Amino acid sequence: MKPLISRGALYVLPVALLTLIPLAVVLASFLQPQPEIWEHLAEFVLPEVLRNTLWLVLGVGAGVLLLGALLGWLTAVCEFPGRRFFAWALMLPLAMPAYVLAFVMVGLLDYTGPVQTFLRESFGEADWFPRIRSTGGVVLTLTLALYPYVYLMAREAFLSQGRRALEAAQTLGLTRRQAFWRVALPMARPWLAGGTMLALMETLADFGTVAIFNFDTFTTAIYKSWLALFNLPAAAQLASLLVLFVFVLAWLEAKSRGARRFHGKGGQGARIVLYGWPRWAAFGLCLTVLLVAFVIPALQLLQWGIKVWAEEVDARYWGFVWHSLLLALLAALFVAAGALLLTHFVRRFPDSVTQWLSRIAVLGYAVPGTVLAVGVFIPIAWLDDQLIAVVNALGGAETEVLKGTLAVMLLALAARFMAVGVQPVEAAMQRITRNQEDAARSLGVTGRALLWRLHLPMLRGGILSALLLVFVETMKEMPITLMTRPFGWDTLAVRIFEMTSEGMWEQAALPSLGIVLAGLVPVVILIRQTEK
Amino acid sequence: MKTKVLLSVLLSVGALAQAETVTVYSARNEQLIKPLFDAYTRETGVQVRFVTGTEGALLARLKAEGANSPADMLLTVDAGNLWLAANQGVLKPVKSAVLESNIPAHLRDPNGEWFGLSVRARTMFYNKVRVQPASLSSYEDLADPKWKGRLCLRTSKKVYNQSLVAMLIAQHGEQKTEQIVRGWVANLATAPFSDDTAMLKAVAAGQCEVGIANTYYYGRMIAKEPNLPVGIFWANQKAGGVHVNVSGAGVTRHARNEKGAIRLIEWLSSNKAQNLYADKNMEYPANPKIKADSIVAGWGSFKPNLINVAKAGELQAQATKLMDRAGYK
Repeated sequence: MKPLISRGALYVLPVALLTLIPLAVVLASFLQPQPEIWEHLAEFVLPEVLRNTLWLVLGVGAGVLLLGALLGWLTAVCEFPGRRFFAWALMLPLAMPAYVLAFVMVGLLDYTGPVQTFLRESFGEADWFPRIRSTGGVVLTLTLALYPYVYLMAREAFLSQGRRALEAAQTLGLTRRQAFWRVALPMARPWLAGGTMLALMETLADFGTVAIFNFDTFTTAIYKSWLALFNLPAAAQLASLLVLFVFVLAWLEAKSRGARRFHGKGGQGARIVLYGWPRWAAFGLCLTVLLVAFVIPALQLLQWGIKVWAEEVDARYWGFVWHSLLLALLAALFVAAGALLLTHFVRRFPDSVTQWLSRIAVLGYAVPGTVLAVGVFIPIAWLDDQLIAVVNALGGAETEVLKGTLAVMLLALAARFMAVGVQPVEAAMQRITRNQEDAARSLGVTGRALLWRLHLPMLRGGILSALLLVFVETMKEMPITLMTRPFGWDTLAVRIFEMTSEGMWEQAALPSLGIVLAGLVPVVILIRQTEK
Repeated sequence: MKTKVLLSVLLSVGALAQAETVTVYSARNEQLIKPLFDAYTRETGVQVRFVTGTEGALLARLKAEGANSPADMLLTVDAGNLWLAANQGVLKPVKSAVLESNIPAHLRDPNGEWFGLSVRARTMFYNKVRVQPASLSSYEDLADPKWKGRLCLRTSKKVYNQSLVAMLIAQHGEQKTEQIVRGWVANLATAPFSDDTAMLKAVAAGQCEVGIANTYYYGRMIAKEPNLPVGIFWANQKAGGVHVNVSGAGVTRHARNEKGAIRLIEWLSSNKAQNLYADKNMEYPANPKIKADSIVAGWGSFKPNLINVAKAGELQAQATKLMDRAGYK
């Protein structure tokens, strides 16, 4: 009989509670069974959305893995024209909110867009043109929006495994291609899996992007149950199933990875210089991805932004920018710290209770944003009730003590983005060998010192990735920011919400550009740090 | 956090000296409401503190906060959302002679829990090149096979369409409405669009010939491209009237400043505010004594559907299920 709670679990618990409590609120919906709604959903809604969601998961999963790993490999290990530039530029689409990319893609490529209009005017018809509002269109858009997760992690993996490993494999008689498939790729597995997992969680929880395609997924069914059928418990029940699915997926991945180790050899050999057509194919691929996923939508935003600049920009805009930056920075630091602690304790206490707890702690990312926002808000409001009672007993007349503070926003954002922080840090942990830890221990570095003197310095790359990802994610985040922000404390994302919810996409261009520009800074910093 | 607690204790002691404040939760966007609240503050000295959000989230927030909600007033769009807020018990009945005289009975809650402040008409738009307006008549007629391959619709997941179908159910009953919706689906030229603007563009480009949209989206498009070959047609003028919906407001159940909230809603329904409220988004004033903006008025007058808009909320879930059954995406 295993103990219900272990020492490691006790350490992990404070971080895990951030997610556990909102998840418990969502799960509590099962106390109110909704058989009538379920009957309707099962007959008329679920068959199609399950099919759609399956295709989406398979398509986006394969797409981001392929694109992210390939681009990561090219910029980390190979040499070709523009390599230095693409190394950081290919991260830029991360700063482009997926729903913005979707809106631009549909706007350009649908029947009424400039491309098809031009074709019709030139050739009389364009019926052969593939429909962008289709499964393929959604998969393509989400792949282009989300591949940076895999790209960032894959790059980190290929850089940290060292090009020496590849050289060693070749001296052992493998061809370069064999070395890639049998050494480099398997050694990068935790990174690739981590990045793909993030992309899939975001895909599953996404509402804004699929809504633009009017593509029905499991998440649209959740929102339908809540907002159209007025049934929040049923929506929360559906959301719980989504979380369960992601949990099982993560568990299967970890299980199949088993006890394998992924320690890097370190040491940088020479880059593989590409010649002939692969050289230009690499250049062409990087350029195409950059153009479609970033440059074209950014130009469209710029065009709209210039149009509305005069009427939109006023002194308040600096406030939006400042709030966005502040919130993103604090959230990045807070979540990265949580991720580091989580990863550290899981390594130090490898018992199953600690492991399970740490896996649950990252599930907030798989819950559709607004549902999680409600799950976060309910316990906060409850806690606030208790505090208000105390304050008012002392003669106050308050309706808010905790609510409407930055601290609450950070707690709520941590519940959402812990996965985004944990994946890169956890992957980086795979490069620290047990031998290194044993050596440190034999030198008297144990317990907490292990965190400061071994884990923290050696996980630097992973932590930087975590900071970057959480920073950019927070800038783009809407539902939790909307729900928990103080009065009058608007951010760029809030601004986008105000405009897009009334269909004013041109006016939304300015705050979107703001997010893109602010996202540039950490991207450049990160890549410069890791570029070798 | 300690300083915040301390501060709030100190502040509340001095609260009596502060200017009056009304706190608003709003699902109507900042750019549409801020000019109004600023004008109100200039006129009365009363501060309006507000936070925006999505309808569902604001309602969940009000419920979670219960008696400790800072909100005095909920401002939201679509009668379905107003009806739901009342139904969930977060609003409080208000008796106001001013509101009862300014707002027609079919645009406010029979119990006085919410009041429509602007009217949004959802009617038909057609491609001027391909369609003779004389061939158009009603929402119901769009189910006729003569429109096969010629109709465009926005998604059934948008509350505007749920309200429209709910009102059809109120008039025709469930069975007949389902036939109408099935007819629409059979006539679609392309998959439903995610928003009204995209749908109107498809009508303009000739991808389809007729569609249903809110007039203010049309207004915004025409303002940018006056030569767009899209015409507006007032639906159901022989019977039933154009489907109208509202944006509106109610006083929250646990409002600290109930009187202040009532005064603000009354002001919003008055001559001074109605144009500012409706014109900014090319909607129609809810107060019938006030004329619409000149561009909006230029589209001509129409007979609205006079069934109380609360019906849209009451029948919304039923309408959604019906559309699911009919395969309307």
